[in-house]
Amino acid sequence: MSQTAMQNEWVLGFEGISYQGVSRRAFLLSGAGVAFGVAFGGTLAGMSEAFAQSGQFAPNGWVRVATDGTVTIFSPASEMGQGVMTSMPLLLAEEMDLDWSRVKVEQAPYMPKVFGNPRFGGGMTTGASRTTQGYYDVIRLAGLQGRLIMVQAAAEKWGVPASEVSTEPHFAVHRASGRRMGYGEIASFAKVPAESPKVDKSQLKPMSQHRLIGKDVGRVDVPSKVVGQAIYGIDVRMPGILYGAVLRAPVQGEKPEKIDDSAALKVPGVLKIVTLPYGVGVVADDYPAAKKAKGLLKVEWSKAAKARAYNSDKIIAEYAARARNLNDSSGVDFIKEGDAKGAMGSAAKIISAEFTSEHVAHMCMEPMNATALVTGDKIEVWAPSQSPFFIFLATSVRLGYKPENVTSHVTLLGGGFGRRVEADYVTDAALLAKAVEGKPVKVVWSREDDVQSDKYRPLTAQHVSAGLDANGKLIALRHRMVGESIYARAAPAIFQQAGGKDQPFCEGSEIKYHVPNHLVEFLREQRGVDVGFWRAVGGGYTKFALETVIDECARAAKQDPLDYRLGLLEKEPRARRVLEEVARMADWRNKRPAGRALGLAYSDMWNVHLATIVEASVDRKTGKIRVHEVWGAVDPGVAIQPQNIEAQIESGTMYGLSHVLMERITFKDGAVVQSNFHDYPVLRMNEAPIVHTKVIPTDNYPGGIGEVGLTTIPPAVANAVFVLTGKRLRALPFDQKLLKA
Amino acid sequence: MVSFVVNGKEASVDMPPDTPLLWALRDHLGLTGTKFGCGMAQCGACTVHVNGNPARSCVTPISAVAGKKITTIEGLSPNGDHPLQKAWIAEQTPQCGYCQSGQIMSAAALLAKNKKPTRAQIVAHMSGNICRCGTYNKIVAAIQRASREALASTPSPLAGEGRGEGGALTPAAKEA
Repeated sequence: MSQTAMQNEWVLGFEGISYQGVSRRAFLLSGAGVAFGVAFGGTLAGMSEAFAQSGQFAPNGWVRVATDGTVTIFSPASEMGQGVMTSMPLLLAEEMDLDWSRVKVEQAPYMPKVFGNPRFGGGMTTGASRTTQGYYDVIRLAGLQGRLIMVQAAAEKWGVPASEVSTEPHFAVHRASGRRMGYGEIASFAKVPAESPKVDKSQLKPMSQHRLIGKDVGRVDVPSKVVGQAIYGIDVRMPGILYGAVLRAPVQGEKPEKIDDSAALKVPGVLKIVTLPYGVGVVADDYPAAKKAKGLLKVEWSKAAKARAYNSDKIIAEYAARARNLNDSSGVDFIKEGDAKGAMGSAAKIISAEFTSEHVAHMCMEPMNATALVTGDKIEVWAPSQSPFFIFLATSVRLGYKPENVTSHVTLLGGGFGRRVEADYVTDAALLAKAVEGKPVKVVWSREDDVQSDKYRPLTAQHVSAGLDANGKLIALRHRMVGESIYARAAPAIFQQAGGKDQPFCEGSEIKYHVPNHLVEFLREQRGVDVGFWRAVGGGYTKFALETVIDECARAAKQDPLDYRLGLLEKEPRARRVLEEVARMADWRNKRPAGRALGLAYSDMWNVHLATIVEASVDRKTGKIRVHEVWGAVDPGVAIQPQNIEAQIESGTMYGLSHVLMERITFKDGAVVQSNFHDYPVLRMNEAPIVHTKVIPTDNYPGGIGEVGLTTIPPAVANAVFVLTGKRLRALPFDQKLLKA
Repeated sequence: MVSFVVNGKEASVDMPPDTPLLWALRDHLGLTGTKFGCGMAQCGACTVHVNGNPARSCVTPISAVAGKKITTIEGLSPNGDHPLQKAWIAEQTPQCGYCQSGQIMSAAALLAKNKKPTRAQIVAHMSGNICRCGTYNKIVAAIQRASREALASTPSPLAGEGRGEGGALTPAAKEA
């Protein structure tokens, strides 16, 4: 297969369709109502035998039951703080009727045929708020299937019809005879049936019957995290392990042309200097030696990269000019409903505004790292990764290891936020491990590497025009977005297939507000600087622009911003409910003491409804914004772990507030200016607001909650600042000096 | 060769004297609970106690701790049952959890000196520790809970710290 053909094939696997011979049908069962047993198809037999040898019974690929009653459930997604290592296995336990106190959780191996996320086309990737959304039915069906297999085995043992056997947590029960049998005992004799019981969604419990879903059971990863025993990628240890550090070109796209490693090689413990296509690597006995040697490398870099012309100030100005040039029709229509341009002509009033956002870095507390071991033509990787699928691509497609010769292990992640979907740090480890074949190498990025070689959120400019009729009603919305594409790099085939629409870049521009004429244009730039998935991706800046403009529309219509939104959401009862609830929580209708004001915003992203109100003040001497308190009302659909949902909303709130108040990556001649927390500050405890979150569960398919908390913060703060100062903030991060009186 | 005491045990490491304590603990002594975050004492993920006082191990050379007593998260309590560790679980404080060893070690140093800190004192003391998941309010709640529960039990479990250290090195213990 040619490189391009292979790339296209794997990239399709990222979003849908099919990949590498894995049948699509395996991932669509829940949608089509087909018997679920098929999903485990050929893979089950092999796994089942392997587990049987270890004295465990595996009803299907997701779960195995030991004869002492301990049940081990595989968690398919990467745990980066969002709680999936608890919530996904809990779904299985709910339907299999397990005693949660006897459940153990293990990270699933890379077996996409069993553990793939339907929302990633069957690939194993954690991100885009798709874990709960992708697995909710799949895992519950696997649990139900497991329960039916336990029931069937007990029924056969007792010689009674399976229809007479029910379950209580961890037991099969035959009421007629009063017999009970524990799952552990069943595991000692049960066989996987030749034909797995057929299950479909209609057999799953309704929300009212949930025993575990909706009850806070406590996160399974928490105890190890308070005693220093949790193993993150950076904690991987093994005999004979070596350490690596990589010096990357200061400007993306440059290559090392001349390397003077004489001083580096003199550092005690340094074993090897390795030339990489994009930098220079050091392998040493310990990390301090590798890092010291890296600092002593003298490298002459090529001077040919397109990114050398990249200067943040200039780029922002150019993007903004393009966004505001309404005659520039070179973009792709991301959304086109009705005739926004035409309707704008009949508007009684047009509100127009321009917005910009600068690059921001992820700043995961655990810097990027990975460990690899190359033995002959095989490679094994340990990484704190959001995507074993992308590890597979990095090693297999890019570096040429045969798929069957790649083994990957996902550890805990010290933060992800979209950064760890990428596999550049895995490539580092793979290349250095190849240079010292037979020995594991752990590559650890310094914080400076992490800050300066991130895949930043795109720098963007947006122009929004809203057309109102004589009554202030919204009749047309035109939204133009300019920036470097994420998908064109990370998922080129999907990007092409979508006709150049960049879903993550533009996300959040889809709205529940009723507007008959809606046009969203994506105007792509190609300036040679990679951009990536930063928590909430588009939602961080699209909702900022839209919710600010909606606030302005409300004021133009002489309506309260809450009432105006409620009016636009007449057909959206879930949206109205969270807005009404948050207004009650924050006492929206009552004035604040002097110097304080409220700001409101609403988000509909990832099938969650979230309304947020912030209370803020501005120090008019310095312009400094202080957010004191934040209220959020959220309808996530079924709330699997309500306390964790609260925690995620609060987490998104802090992350969002941090980036509007203080985060900025600046490029000068293609090189990143900032390097560590001293010049890229993030929110600290003394700047954190009190957050009140109310979770309102509804019997709807659950949405994704890891990112949505971020999306309402930029506009809610900006809207509060407007009340306080009369000034509209339109650039991220906020230029607080503008607020000095 | 530099020698010191870690969690009550003698330890010697054969590394250059300017090696940060962090890497000696993690890579040579296998105590990976102490985390690398920034390498310049900006984030607090690497916080340990040196003779009872909080220190950022990423900028503390091993030469500076020769003969001293180091406590890491692994040695904060004999069975992972320091009031703070229990409170951290009760409040479900960690998310990704990577910064939490450092948070707990900073908090332990605070409670050793001030058994009943106010919210403002907690915030002032803890603002050197970054949590990118934004668990700040849950950290405050956990410290307040630990303080409450420790005060309610006698003898106070906050007075002593560390395996085999008997708490003799903490200022609070000295006062007592």
